[in-house]
Amino acid sequence: MSHADSAGAARRDALSTFRTETRAWLIANCPPTMRTPMSDDDEVWGGRRAVFDHPDQKVWLERMARRGWTAPRWPTEYGGGGLSPEQALVLADEMRSLGCRRPLKSFGVWMLGPVLLEFASEEQKREHIPPIVHGEIRWCQGYSEPGAGSDLASLAARAVPDGDDYIVSGHKIWTSHADRSDWMFCLVRTDPSTPKHDGISFLLIDMAAPGITVRPIRLISGNSPFCETFFDEVRVPKKNLVGRPGAGWTIAKRLLQHERALISEMRDAFPDEETLEGVARRTLGPSVGPLADAALRDRIVQANMDFYCNKITLRRAAEAAEAGRGPGAESSMFKLYGTELNKRRRELMVELLGYQALGWEGDGFSAGELARTRAWLRSRANSIEGGTSEIQLNIIAKRVLGLPD
Amino acid sequence: MSYVLTEEQESIRRTAKALVGERAPVAHLRALRDEADKVGFSRELWKEMASLGLVGMAIPESYGGAGLGFAELGLVLYECGRTLAPTPFVATVLLGASALLSGGSPEQNRTMLPAVCAGDRIIALAHDERSRFLPYEITTRAEPDRSGFRLSGEKTFVIDGHVADDFIVVARSAGAPGDRAGLTLLVVPADAPGITVTRSHMVDSRNAARVRFAATPAREILGQPGAGADVLDAALDRATAGLCAEMLGGIEEVFERTIAYLKTRRQFGVPIGSFQALKHRAAYLFCEIELSKSIVLDALRAVDLSRPDLSAVVSVAKARASDTYLAVTNEAVQMHGGVGVTDELDIGLFLKRARVAEMTFGTASYHRNRYAELHGY
Repeated sequence: MSHADSAGAARRDALSTFRTETRAWLIANCPPTMRTPMSDDDEVWGGRRAVFDHPDQKVWLERMARRGWTAPRWPTEYGGGGLSPEQALVLADEMRSLGCRRPLKSFGVWMLGPVLLEFASEEQKREHIPPIVHGEIRWCQGYSEPGAGSDLASLAARAVPDGDDYIVSGHKIWTSHADRSDWMFCLVRTDPSTPKHDGISFLLIDMAAPGITVRPIRLISGNSPFCETFFDEVRVPKKNLVGRPGAGWTIAKRLLQHERALISEMRDAFPDEETLEGVARRTLGPSVGPLADAALRDRIVQANMDFYCNKITLRRAAEAAEAGRGPGAESSMFKLYGTELNKRRRELMVELLGYQALGWEGDGFSAGELARTRAWLRSRANSIEGGTSEIQLNIIAKRVLGLPD
Repeated sequence: MSYVLTEEQESIRRTAKALVGERAPVAHLRALRDEADKVGFSRELWKEMASLGLVGMAIPESYGGAGLGFAELGLVLYECGRTLAPTPFVATVLLGASALLSGGSPEQNRTMLPAVCAGDRIIALAHDERSRFLPYEITTRAEPDRSGFRLSGEKTFVIDGHVADDFIVVARSAGAPGDRAGLTLLVVPADAPGITVTRSHMVDSRNAARVRFAATPAREILGQPGAGADVLDAALDRATAGLCAEMLGGIEEVFERTIAYLKTRRQFGVPIGSFQALKHRAAYLFCEIELSKSIVLDALRAVDLSRPDLSAVVSVAKARASDTYLAVTNEAVQMHGGVGVTDELDIGLFLKRARVAEMTFGTASYHRNRYAELHGY
């Protein structure tokens, strides 16, 4: 056996031991109630005003956070799990196979943490990363403005230096869950005299600071996951600026790559839902054999095939990223394809449900039917939030294909 | 985003790329076409591929092969797809050897496979009879006689049938056309009595043949009489996965050539690749191609692992590879503008190959239908 072979074998053995130990720990520590399917209402987002619908949610979060497994890949010195990419895949694998719920949903874990690790000062990392791991601080994202959507770099929120502070004034929009968040990572203009990309800075703002007003936005789905946030001369310590002043755009773009990777993964499945073909069987028939409507059947097949291909492409990207690289411009592909596919599947589901998908509330429609109608409406935002599909196409054309401006 | 290849796979890919690039660039296919070559591929090149172990890549060592898998063979086919290298891979390796490995006895395999691996023997599958891929629509009769069977019927689209040394004939020994049961696979030498072979010149400058059997004696059965569909289906799944790897090579080659053209061709004083109308279409194609890569790789792995979802995954791969190859070549012609429809430019050759490959082993629609059937809807 060559040296490389024996090193490989030793690594495989170590990984297999890790798998066994991880499984045993999960079985011993994950409360049975946390091994049941999760609805949107059961989500745990943590924060100062954390809501736990069930005491086991808190137990599960604390146990996982103590091991750093709410952020498995992060360094242990900041409270992370310190796992290798392979170990992190094993953990995810074992959690999936045991049906363990994700203990924490967190923009801090998914988006902010990775860029803090890359760009923040040592002091900032020590202050902000551990509370993210433990779910003690809930973060929201202050990027878009009424006048800065796809053209994000034209943002106008100002941060004017004043002694040890910045004075922030402006108007952010589409800030997810701002009404329930403790802190915001925010893009502000610190230098209005330079070209638009150069005058932007990345600022961390405590939402408890005086002068901040939050107003939820009601969507076509009837829900209000997004807010408008108004800043009226809000005082923010200069030590909360990540990177140097004017370097915010680089950090912002990196964070968007993490966000896009996240959005494409979150559209991975319709949890606990009937399959498209299952609904078609029920609503179209016949009870056996090829479905009655050949055209719909073909669209179901195409959606299912594309879903499978998208899933294994995500897996291939994970294999390619074993070296530990963060998501690159390909995250735009996953964002684009994942969201367009999700919209297509949501529309197909509504079409298959027929009249039963036309209800808004009240009698005559099951909870599942109403939820699917709302989910269809919610899905229309998928290809807009986190950068529109058209912006993703621009990024792929420029960054991946190298096409000229 | 690249495949994660082992060192051995990387070396196979390099070998295949170098050989094909030097000996069978697209100009090679063009020359064979323009000279109306009688064989349609280079026998010398085929022998050389064999001597490098590429032909027998996925055939066990005990039968003269390299004993590797479809993940490795796929790399070779991918490189052949990039240059449209005309080879008998589809006929003799993907179909012929696969049918033998699925249904042949050890003795049959010992007799035939070493010569296949050495590049000395071409085996063709005489299967299709209708104007499209309908695997069980078989009317060719296998009538029992004293020493075996007599074959009578007419086959079409027999890939490389005009140069085959042997035919594996899909014949009906029982049942009616369309029945999966009652098929028998028989091996007959091409010079057996009662065989008439007529070469068909295909749109992609490759070859297929019409083959007539008139009371041709056949003794060598592959697998069990009447249960030939088991052997056939297994061989077709493997062959389809391999063909998809070739298609992927063509897809990526055409796409790269087109992107390069978008960067250099100028109109209105700027490169045409700066126009958003073209950028977005190119970016969409990029996504479709990345998904195609994933599913083709998955299908090749599924073959090597004999995964239970093999047939379903092969159908996803063939449906997607067919759609994507057609989409990419259609867009490539359009984006090249007038020069795109000239014979001088290679893009048209890829367009033609895409169409033939699409129809081979079932179109995208065929495989979507099969996928639904496999999943019970």
